[in-house]
Amino acid sequence: MKRKASRGRVVFLVCNYILLTLIALICVLPFVNLLAISFSNKTAVAANQVSFWPIGFNVAAYEFILNNRQFLTALGITVRRTVLGVAINLALMVLTAYPLSKSPQEFRLRTVFSWFFVVTILFNGGLIPTYMVVKYTHIMNTIWALVLPGAVQVFNMLVVMNYMRCLPHELQEAAYIDGAGHYKTLFQVILPVCKPTLATVTLFAFVGHWNSWYDGMIYMNTVDKYPLQTYLQTIVINPEAFFRNATNISEELGKFLNLVSARTTNAAQMFLAMIPILCIYPFLQKYFTTGLVMGSVKG
Amino acid sequence: MQAQGRKRKGRFRRELPLVVMLLPAVVLVAIYSYGSMVGIVIAFQKFKPANGFFGSPWVGLENFRNLFTMPTIGQVIYNTVVISLSKMIGGIVVPVLFALLLNEVGSVFLKRAYQTMVYLPHFLSWVILAGIFTDILSRDGIVNLMIKALGAQPVGFLSNQRIFPVTMIVTDIWKGFGFGSVIYLAALTGIDQNLYEAAEIDGAGRLQQTIHVTLPGILSTIVLMTVLSLANILNGGFDQIYNLYTPAVYATGDILDTFVFRLGINNAQFALSTAAGLFKSIVSLVFIVMSYWLADRFAGYRVF
Repeated sequence: MKRKASRGRVVFLVCNYILLTLIALICVLPFVNLLAISFSNKTAVAANQVSFWPIGFNVAAYEFILNNRQFLTALGITVRRTVLGVAINLALMVLTAYPLSKSPQEFRLRTVFSWFFVVTILFNGGLIPTYMVVKYTHIMNTIWALVLPGAVQVFNMLVVMNYMRCLPHELQEAAYIDGAGHYKTLFQVILPVCKPTLATVTLFAFVGHWNSWYDGMIYMNTVDKYPLQTYLQTIVINPEAFFRNATNISEELGKFLNLVSARTTNAAQMFLAMIPILCIYPFLQKYFTTGLVMGSVKG
Repeated sequence: MQAQGRKRKGRFRRELPLVVMLLPAVVLVAIYSYGSMVGIVIAFQKFKPANGFFGSPWVGLENFRNLFTMPTIGQVIYNTVVISLSKMIGGIVVPVLFALLLNEVGSVFLKRAYQTMVYLPHFLSWVILAGIFTDILSRDGIVNLMIKALGAQPVGFLSNQRIFPVTMIVTDIWKGFGFGSVIYLAALTGIDQNLYEAAEIDGAGRLQQTIHVTLPGILSTIVLMTVLSLANILNGGFDQIYNLYTPAVYATGDILDTFVFRLGINNAQFALSTAAGLFKSIVSLVFIVMSYWLADRFAGYRVF
C-alpha cells in the first residue's frame, strides 16, 4: 500500500490540509469571538474592535453575572432538570430496549410493544394537544413538565435495542442456564457490554436536556422558573433585557458598570452555558461510531 | 397435556418480568404521546381549554377551511418546503464531501482534532447559536466588517427578505455537517482495503480510486441517509428560525412550525393551530412511511 507520493499527491495533501483547517476554523471562530467579547471592556466592544482576542482584558462580565440571582437560579433549574431528566431517560431506555431486543419467539408481545413505541415516531399530536395534556395532568409550572413529556426517547431506545440485538446470543443463553432472571441478565450481563452505545445515548440525553429551551418557555409561567436556555432565549430575543433588569435591581453591581455592557454580559452568559458541553463531548467522541452507527443500521 | 400446561406457565413466568420492565415507559407514552394524539380532536371543535378534549362543540372542517383561506398559508408552506429541501440536500452533500476530504488525512491526531472542532456546533442549542449569529451577522457585526474591508456592500443576512432563507440554510448546514459526517466516516473505514490495492495494480490514480472504489463503497449509506431525510420535508427548523427571524422577514422566513406556534401560543387560536399542526403531521406521516419503505427496499434498513 505504501509508495512514494507523487507531486500531484503532495499538492493535493497540502491543499486538503489548508481547506480542512479553514473549515474547522469556520466552526470554532464564532465561539472564539464570543469568548473574546466576554473578556473585553465595553468601549472596545461597542466600537466593534474585538475580533478573536480580548481588548482591555477583564473578568468583570463574569463577576457581574455570578453576582446576579437571575442567571444562577436558571442554572440551578437546568442542573436539576438535567440530572433528573437524564436519569429517567436512561432508566426507561434500558428497561424498554432490553425486552424489545428479544426475538418474538422469546417474547411474544414484542411486536405489539415495538409498534406501540414506533407509532410515536411516525405520528404525534403536535404543539397544542401536547400542551393541553401537560395542562390536564397538572404538571404545568413544575419541573415534571420539563421531564415527563419527553421521558421516553424512542429513537435513542431503538439505537440501544439494535445494539443489544447485535450482541452474541450466547451471552444471554449462558446467563439463562446459570439461572439468572431477566433483571440479573440485563444489569449484570448485557449492560456492561453496551458501554459504547450507552455513552452515546447518555450524551444525547444530556445535551437534549441541557439545551432544551422550548418546553421551559411554554410550560413555565414565570421567568424565575425558566431553565437556563429559556432564560438565555429571552436575552437573545431582547439583548438589553438582562442587563437593564440587573442594573435596575442591584446597586452593588454598579461598580462594574464602566466595564460591562449588555453585549459583554450576554456573551459571558452564553459562554458559561456552553462549558458543560465543551467538557463532555470531546471525550465521548470515540464512541460515536460504534454506539451510533452499529445501532441504527441493522446487521 | 400437563407437561404442555407447565411449559406455558413457565413461559408466562419467564415473560412477565419483560412486560413489567416495559410498563413505566408504556404508561408515560400512553399519556403524553397517545394522549396528545387523542387531543387532535380539537382541530374539529370550537375548542375551549376548560372543557377538556371532548367538552367543546364540534364544527366539522371549519377550522381547516379557515386555515386554508388564510392569505399567508400558501407562502408559509412554500417557504417550509424550500428551506427544508435545501437543508436536506446540503445536509447530505456537505457531510459526504467533508468525510471524503477527512479520509485523506493520515495523521490520527489531526483527524481527531478536526473532528472535535467540526462537531462542536452540533452540540450547542440554537438559542446560543442565534445569540452569536445575531451578533456577528448584524449590520456592523464582524462578518460585515470583513465584507466592508474587502470593499463590498454590507449584507443584511438576517434582515433582507431574499437573503434570510439562504442564511438559514447555510447556518443549518454549518451546524450539522460535522456530526453528519460521522456515519460516512464509519462507512469509509468499512471499505475493503484490498479493493484499493487491486485498483492501484490496474493503474487507477487517486481520483479514479475515489470515484470507482470509495464512492460505490459508501453509496448505500448515502442512499439510506437521503431516503431517511425525506421524512423532514416539512421540518423547516423551528428552533433556528424562531430565534433568528423578525417580522421583517416573515414573507420568506415563516415556516409551518413558527406559524403554528404564533397562532397557538401567542394568539391562543388553539383549534386553528391544531388544524395546521395536524396538516403537517399527516403530510409528514406519508413521507416518513414512504422513506422507511424506500430505505427497507433499497438499503435493507429497518427501524426495528
